[in-house]
Amino acid sequence: MSDVITTDAVIIGAGPCGLFAVFELGLLDIRCHVVDILDRPGGQCAELYPEKPIYDIPALPVVTGAELTSRLMEQIKPFNPTFHFNHMVTGVRKLGDEGFELETDGGLVFRSRVVVIAAGGGSFQPKKPPIPGIEAYEGASVFYSVKKMEALRGKDVLIVGGGDSALDWTLNLQPIARSLTLLHRRDDFRAAPDSVRKMRELAEAGKIHFRLGQVTGLKGGDGILEAATVKGNDGQSFDIACNAMLPFFGLTMKLGPVAEWGLNLHENLIPVDTEKFETSVEGIFAIGDINTYPGKLKLILSGFHEAALMAQKVFRLKNPGERLMFQYTTSSSSLQKKLGVS
Amino acid sequence: MAKITFIQHSGAEQTVEGLPGMSVMEAAVKNMVPGIDADCGGACACATCHVYVEPDWVEKVGARNAMEEDMLDFAFDVRENSRLSCQIKISDALDGLRVKVPEKQF
Repeated sequence: MSDVITTDAVIIGAGPCGLFAVFELGLLDIRCHVVDILDRPGGQCAELYPEKPIYDIPALPVVTGAELTSRLMEQIKPFNPTFHFNHMVTGVRKLGDEGFELETDGGLVFRSRVVVIAAGGGSFQPKKPPIPGIEAYEGASVFYSVKKMEALRGKDVLIVGGGDSALDWTLNLQPIARSLTLLHRRDDFRAAPDSVRKMRELAEAGKIHFRLGQVTGLKGGDGILEAATVKGNDGQSFDIACNAMLPFFGLTMKLGPVAEWGLNLHENLIPVDTEKFETSVEGIFAIGDINTYPGKLKLILSGFHEAALMAQKVFRLKNPGERLMFQYTTSSSSLQKKLGVS
Repeated sequence: MAKITFIQHSGAEQTVEGLPGMSVMEAAVKNMVPGIDADCGGACACATCHVYVEPDWVEKVGARNAMEEDMLDFAFDVRENSRLSCQIKISDALDGLRVKVPEKQF
């Protein structure tokens, strides 16, 4: 049994809205833990468009997804939130009036007064190529991520894809696999040039096979893969013998476990009120792209506003009966102290 | 105004209208054409608006750009006539365009 982490608020999602929620809650002395399935902050800004410009953040005429993320990280530094990356919140359970218990797929357990769902389009999960019958092999012979490298020792490994994940795992697994084939649809890669160079050296030395084509079918039985059928770029089909296949086609967003937490949902979004951005369960809030209300716009700036109003209600839940004085960061010495500027 | 026809894997067709300057993806999403997921909202960052341009139209639609070519690595069953519909700008010249939607975007 892991240790239970006790906190005021667990924020699910480290995208721009989740990060700014740390700021708004922090101003009201509410301590936050932030959980995200990715390995870094930024959410869609980090995963989908780190280099793409955003033009509608007030006072920033143009900012990239990566830059916006790093500015938000800078802004919330005074509140010293604890981040738990590579974790997906799988369960949320109400504990009477005490708040909530949350658990992650990585075994973390939280007890928290409130939960703030800032999960955007849901959780990023690996894309599963729609190869007929692939489900039967998932977990036994087909893997979308590598949790334990040792499990692939001595295997005939087929890696599919041409991005950094495909290249990195080609280099990492080559020494321990019995044989390794990298299959990609073209002789060009969207990956670090250094990895591409190393891969080509291994291929030239005969230590790996690099083939061009796309998987169309799988052969095997009882979850054990024997070969992948591939259509080559010349239109001819051929088989690649393998007993482990790792397809790397990037990530896609799925609503994921949120659907099972007993919240009212509307078309995969969480309805909230527009005063507190609270869900159908008191103490669980939803901000950013994942919520819906009349007039909702899926804009980062809307999520920032939602975070500010949500924080007011969280303060009242945490400090019942206490009067919350509205203050500006420009003039309040107590807020400035929290921000470390006075 | 240009008419664009989306052909589903089942053979079902849906014709929508798009304004010049819009992308084919935007015209699809606006008209709720099934199978054009467009996770990233048109930033050429997700490959979930993949379509197959019908052979007669390939030349008029033109070639993929470099960013799109990279992004197609994350699509499934990429063919000669594969395009990301967020990267096809609608113009009067494309009035009548026909594209096929893949069975699954992933």
